[in-house]
Amino acid sequence: MTQRQVEVPVIARVEGEGALHITTKDDEILDLRLEIYEPPRFFEAFLQGRHFSEVPDIVPRICGICPVAYQMSAIHGLEQLFGVQVPDGTHELRRLLYCGEWIESHILHIFLLAAPDFLEMHSAIEMAKEHPELVKTVLGIKRVGNDIMEKVGGREIHPVSPRVGGFSRAARKRELDPLLPRLEWALEQMPGIADFVATLPRPELPRQTEMVGLVHPDEYGINEGDLASTTGRRFTAAEFEQVSREEHVAHSNALHSVMVDTGAPYFVGPLARVNLNAGQLTPVATDVMRRAGLSVPEADPFFSMAARLAEATLAVEESIRIIRDYRAPEPSMAQVTPRAGRGMWVTEAPRGALYHRYDVAEDGTILEAKIVPPTSQNLRHMEKDLRDFLPGVLDRPDEELTRLCEMVVRNYDPCISCATHFLTLDVTRL
Amino acid sequence: MSENAKPRVAVFKMASCDGCQLQLLDAEEALLDLAGAIDIVNFAEASSDMHPGPYDVTLVEGSVSTPEQEEQIRQIRGDSKVLITIGACATSGGVQALRNATGKHEAYIRAVYPTPEYVASLEDSHPVADYVPVDLELTGCPIDRGELLTAITALLQGAMPRISTSPVCVECKRRGYVCVLVAHGEPCLGPVTRTGCGALCPGFGRGCYGCFGPAQPSNNTDALGRRFIELGLSPAETSDRFRFITGWAPAFREAANTFGDGETKEEVRTP
Repeated sequence: MTQRQVEVPVIARVEGEGALHITTKDDEILDLRLEIYEPPRFFEAFLQGRHFSEVPDIVPRICGICPVAYQMSAIHGLEQLFGVQVPDGTHELRRLLYCGEWIESHILHIFLLAAPDFLEMHSAIEMAKEHPELVKTVLGIKRVGNDIMEKVGGREIHPVSPRVGGFSRAARKRELDPLLPRLEWALEQMPGIADFVATLPRPELPRQTEMVGLVHPDEYGINEGDLASTTGRRFTAAEFEQVSREEHVAHSNALHSVMVDTGAPYFVGPLARVNLNAGQLTPVATDVMRRAGLSVPEADPFFSMAARLAEATLAVEESIRIIRDYRAPEPSMAQVTPRAGRGMWVTEAPRGALYHRYDVAEDGTILEAKIVPPTSQNLRHMEKDLRDFLPGVLDRPDEELTRLCEMVVRNYDPCISCATHFLTLDVTRL
Repeated sequence: MSENAKPRVAVFKMASCDGCQLQLLDAEEALLDLAGAIDIVNFAEASSDMHPGPYDVTLVEGSVSTPEQEEQIRQIRGDSKVLITIGACATSGGVQALRNATGKHEAYIRAVYPTPEYVASLEDSHPVADYVPVDLELTGCPIDRGELLTAITALLQGAMPRISTSPVCVECKRRGYVCVLVAHGEPCLGPVTRTGCGALCPGFGRGCYGCFGPAQPSNNTDALGRRFIELGLSPAETSDRFRFITGWAPAFREAANTFGDGETKEEVRTP
């Protein structure tokens, strides 16, 4: 009889603060908890009483890695409620800004947060010693994503130009054009990077699950569309709270999203999106996905890195297209007149579907806000993956077992600062 | 210089969005150069190789918001020769300090968390300097990457960095921007906010909303608030302009109290 404990007091290379506790006895998992000790910051509470126009400046502060996602779900939701007609070209400029975020966030995750695990290293800095050219290249690609955000949003962390109604100022064509040669360079690098990703030793976790993401008839869903799942479900953002609910789990004191009807966990994020929208991937992105070893349907979460790389490529190709055809919206912003009611929207954050709901008073004051980030939706599934994965690797030495468990968590690119806005905390401290 | 003579640097986080430490990862090639000059011995977001103190230079992001963090920050201070706080959260409590002095902390917990008794959270969100002496504060939401790299470089040379405290207005004039307050009647906190962003918001056609906190030393928030009221904002709206991203910084807190009643209006609702 052997009792083993895997304790990861600080999960490194994730956004925010979490811990993992696993206790096993022989082949049985006695306890498995993904503990979130990131302190609460009460965004939904202090949004109450603020003016709607301040929301795009408040919600990005939930997450420094995906601020645009928060701005976009909020802005679209409020515009839908107010019946705002945004100026022509706004959709494309927002998509460009979001593509910038997808590029920087996906590349950050693949190479700075996830890849070191596959190479049994501690960090990208360590990786840079062995693969200097590769690390230099990917940092250059990430920089193009950051620069898109800076040119369109003013800065890459907490952009200032996105407003309800449009942009406080629309980027000028001459500001965006210099990005083109760099984006084209980035695109040329992608197939080679995919070949590198294909060489990484990849653990396996075959599974059946319901994967959820935005679908749109005309484009790979980012800002707009309905929600669909790989089991054939289809619903709108307005129906989100009827389809998905949060459940209190005794062992972890954390709320996890599950489907209302089946009570089962579901999965959001890049792998879900490529499964739902593979036909809309751009040409090089399709090639990159194939080279990285991924063909859909595929639910094994260890393919998340390949999915992320395919999407980063799509974001580069989309950025090139949008900048080539770009005409600045004129005026940059529509007039906005608030009205009382409820606005709901979902956009695709790099980590998956991000739901916002706002109840607004006639004068534009926020009465109530609800935010369901992708990481919260994935938490239950993260624990499920760990439970499914562990039995096959329990024979490994402690250090390797710990690393493998962290990889299961990191597949999700969890953003714990985001998730903490409604997670209860496990504060049992001995 | 031998390997072990490199300064040992650590990066820690309290309550925050990770954006300020992300500025380090976003430094990209500069980060790799930096990694040659320093020894990053504890930086959870970047590396799973984490070592205990002592540290020569420690960067702390985030506000002190839980009882555990009160202990943690004292430990970090004890382990660190030079302690630099980075960002609005660490230097003035951050946007989450909007809960401070509302008397509604309990209601806030109930509004967000279905099982309030599990949540260990302090009544107020505090800047680090409320607990321990801080050697250098870099403000901003997020901090400016250039200021961060300048500060680290100066410390590597053995000098204490000097960070500009002048207002955004100075930067606007330097860049030749048309004044959004004077020309367009846009309420702008630029006259009383420290620059560091490069006058970003006026450059994008909107008023400054105070990310970098109060400028030093002159800070005529009274006159600016009165100007906002002349432009058509109510006293409560004027108060909210100061009570925002860096609203718990003393100069902005006082201004918010001057124009507001110091109370938030409605009951806190539970979704």
